[in-house]
Amino acid sequence: MAKEFKVEPLKVWNDFKKYREQYYRDYLEAKDNGAVRWAGSAWAFDAVPAGLGEDVYPLTGEPYGATVAFFKDFSRRALEKAERAGVPRDLCGYLRNYWGSIMMDKYVLTDGTEVEPFPKPDFNYTIHICCTHAKWYHRAGELEGDVPTYAVDISVGPGYLLDDRKINYVVRQLEDSIKWMEQITGREYDDELLIKAVLAEADSMSTWAKICKLNQNIPAPLEEKSMFTLYALLVLHRADPRVAELYNKLYEETQDRVKRGIGAINNEQFRFLTDNPPPWAFLNVYRYLEKEYGAVSLGSVYTFGLEGAWLGMDEKGETWRWEPAPTPEEAGVEISNREDALRWTAEFNLRYRPGWQHPYSHKIRKIETLQMIKDWKADAMIMHLNRGCELWAMSELEVRDYLVKHNIPVATYEGNMADPREFDEARTWNVIDSFMESLGIKKLSKQ
Amino acid sequence: MGKKAEELPQYKQFAEWIENRHDYAKKWQQNNGGKVVGYLCTYVPEEILYAGGVLPVRILGSHEPESITRPYLHDMYCPFCHDCLAQGLEGRFDYLDGIMLAQSCLHLRQVFFTWEERVPVDWSYYMHFPHGVNNNHAAEYLKGELEKFKVAVEEWTGTTITNKELDDAIEVYNKNRQLMKQVYEFRKLENPPITGLHAMEMVISSQMVDKKEHNEVLESLLEDLKDAEVDRDTGTRLMIIGSEDDDREFFKMVEYEQNYSATFVFEEHCTGARYFWDEVRPEEDRLMAIAKRYVNRVPCPAKDWPTYGFYGRRRFNWIEKWVKEFNVDGAIIMQQKFCDPHELDIPSLRELLDNLNIPHLFLEFDITVPVGQFRTRVEAFLESIGEDDLFF
Repeated sequence: MAKEFKVEPLKVWNDFKKYREQYYRDYLEAKDNGAVRWAGSAWAFDAVPAGLGEDVYPLTGEPYGATVAFFKDFSRRALEKAERAGVPRDLCGYLRNYWGSIMMDKYVLTDGTEVEPFPKPDFNYTIHICCTHAKWYHRAGELEGDVPTYAVDISVGPGYLLDDRKINYVVRQLEDSIKWMEQITGREYDDELLIKAVLAEADSMSTWAKICKLNQNIPAPLEEKSMFTLYALLVLHRADPRVAELYNKLYEETQDRVKRGIGAINNEQFRFLTDNPPPWAFLNVYRYLEKEYGAVSLGSVYTFGLEGAWLGMDEKGETWRWEPAPTPEEAGVEISNREDALRWTAEFNLRYRPGWQHPYSHKIRKIETLQMIKDWKADAMIMHLNRGCELWAMSELEVRDYLVKHNIPVATYEGNMADPREFDEARTWNVIDSFMESLGIKKLSKQ
Repeated sequence: MGKKAEELPQYKQFAEWIENRHDYAKKWQQNNGGKVVGYLCTYVPEEILYAGGVLPVRILGSHEPESITRPYLHDMYCPFCHDCLAQGLEGRFDYLDGIMLAQSCLHLRQVFFTWEERVPVDWSYYMHFPHGVNNNHAAEYLKGELEKFKVAVEEWTGTTITNKELDDAIEVYNKNRQLMKQVYEFRKLENPPITGLHAMEMVISSQMVDKKEHNEVLESLLEDLKDAEVDRDTGTRLMIIGSEDDDREFFKMVEYEQNYSATFVFEEHCTGARYFWDEVRPEEDRLMAIAKRYVNRVPCPAKDWPTYGFYGRRRFNWIEKWVKEFNVDGAIIMQQKFCDPHELDIPSLRELLDNLNIPHLFLEFDITVPVGQFRTRVEAFLESIGEDDLFF
């Protein structure tokens, strides 16, 4: 029989939901008040546009694409609109939802409300690490009527191989981008706002890592489906001090849950990890595993590593450290001017974001994943072979092979994070049932 | 009158080099006692390898169905990367002393790492080549990467690469580029003495053999081309635009085996003009000169996007120029299935061609090309281009 744990709802849950809801509305309504709005990747250097003023509102494309995917009908219309315009359906799922929205001239809010027209940004601002990001916003800009677009090239390699020359390459681009933003918006850049944003960014990202680490406890105080909602603020606007504050509240509450033995689910008997963005329209995969098997998803290199700041690979490139990276305060670094701030944000992101490390070699991702399995005391890996993102799909099968060789049970199911048409629900349940049966895990109802 | 264009011996030599690429490399190793490095993308700064006494050869696929890459690569990764990796896993490149990649697309990146791990090789090198080649700091950054690369090559080969060796390598490579551009000049003629098939074989073979040797053949080809007799109908002047493409069967079909006359007068891909169009402009700092060449070359779409002071795609400026200079009647957009960088440009590319009044046909190809299906589509396309002649 599965052991019973106490469960209780998260007190901060509604704060996170409200922030997200308001975020999309703020972007939509920004122009009513003469504010600035920019669009770009969730991996963009979020802190940099903050120097344009207190009234600067971003729209990050990947979470928007995921939100669209959640509303299956809207998503289908957006995807088909894009396809009719000649957009190949094997491109990034988020991108196709985003371009499709622009082409339909419809914007969807978190409650599913559809608004016209699609709100046009003053500029697009992104990074480029996979084959898609810069080109995504370039084309979006063309579709919207030559919206100025700037992409920061961050292709300098993994954090443990960083040197000053590589950091300088990124910093110089960030400096240029500030001049560019000033020209476009006609605003004078405020370095104090930049510094404040850079500090908030580091706080948000490191605090999220601390929260994820608490899931090493048994019972796990959080489960991944809820963490998708919780981590979302990092991909929306992590450099917003209000976001940092929310993560600090969540950290306190999660610590308290651990202290009191509060679990994410009341019958945790099986702990597993995942490793890719989920099929957003089918998050019931997670609930199925919880309800049927008492299986808790602890997290993933995706959920922890997309926006969390971790020490990562050691200098020799041999050992992965799932330890939260230090904030400027914890590192004893004072940030007092633009150069300091840009250098900090460049180095912090390049060095400590797992999502910016493992695309440079599957050796990194193998070591990183195996270490996660050990540290979080996971019994298995359930992989989403995600056709919607080529970056996250990279090395995935190599990791699978590596884990199997290390006697870690691995199940795989196919899908697409952002194209609901590419998911076979019944088949996925079959994969899960067969996998659990092979491991001798009985359904709770059969115990 | 000179020789018949179709029978020029240099064309046979190019084709033979391609057919026997592995034998060539092995013989080169024996005869020169040097090392051979296989590279996966044309952003590799070959000059530095060559200066170190190394023969760089491009790893290309075989266009044969394979089933050994699926445990490692996602199905949705491009057929070209699957095909390349299959060659490695099957041991067809077992003579390579090393492999390398200058960072380009994700698909080739994973091929590199899987090859490095699963196919025994003495040396491997992954260069963090900048993606943002249009930004103002890319050349300076790349120069630093080239410095590290030069040291790595020196340590591996036990040589010291001096300015003299770099100058010699640059000269050989620049000469190769100049000669191929001169050959391309003949393609501007009303009846070009070189078809797309032969031009493609010229460029692909240049990626597989010692450039010095290739230069000798190019020089003799240029002599013969001056008075070569063209005994085929040029027909519709086509440009091919797109991803990596070394599929000669398609070229044969379009130019020699279907019902309408057509000739490719330009290939805008990395087994065509994108590979050789730009030269290294010598300067005192040799590595900076090389860095500028690779940053400023006709970009792969994987690296082409707006930046500070520039909005657009540099590649498109080149396409527009070539369409005009080579008097192109129609374009075939040849898309390697699942090649994201190209796919991302295609909607805008179609708009560009529409604005230039250039009819275009989009074809998506796989490891093997469905020549029969493509024949029907190409013929329909050519017929539609010819409708003006029919009615006016």
